[in-house]
Amino acid sequence: MPSADEVKSRIEAGIPGATAEVQTHDEVHFDVVVRAGAFEGLSRVKQHRLVMDIFDGELGGAIHALALKTEVPT
Amino acid sequence: MSDNEIRTLIAQAIEENETILFMKGSPDAPACGFSARTVAMLQQLATPFAAVDVLPDPRIRQELSALSNWPTIPQLFHKGELIGGCDIVTEMYENGELGEALGAPAQSGPAPAPAGAGPAPAAPMGIENRLG
Repeated sequence: MPSADEVKSRIEAGIPGATAEVQTHDEVHFDVVVRAGAFEGLSRVKQHRLVMDIFDGELGGAIHALALKTEVPT
Repeated sequence: MSDNEIRTLIAQAIEENETILFMKGSPDAPACGFSARTVAMLQQLATPFAAVDVLPDPRIRQELSALSNWPTIPQLFHKGELIGGCDIVTEMYENGELGEALGAPAQSGPAPAPAGAGPAPAAPMGIENRLG
């Protein structure tokens, strides 16, 4: 089971320039906020896909649920 | 019915319905909290939408996710484009973008009560009805 720190570092490694805040109570449900310049100009669906693609195949498995919010840094 | 035929029917349903929600259960009887929340937001906006229950056959969900490249249910589409799942719909509802994106009556202040308070119509040709 991934820790919050592991999820955070994988997101930040997967999206250059991103910062992630990750909270979890049980290491299977994660609340995640990601800020990244790479999101600029993308639809929310595309922003979320950039993050979810990092965990391809794990969502629904080791990671039951990722509640995700994406933001473009101001 | 083959998996390909199911995928074709899903693609047709997305094309033929301006706003369509793929969910667990029905708008009247949602079978999952995320689907229930998404239905409630759409009903608050009084925007008409078609709904497809993915539960009757696991292949509906499998083919939908393959088509949309989106892993979770619910999935809301407008004019053929995936708007998002529950998280995105919630964020857009809360900041007022959802009504605008769906072409609903201006979303400001308390949302008007749904006209006639009737349930949202089911998809004209529910996919599940063609699976038999």
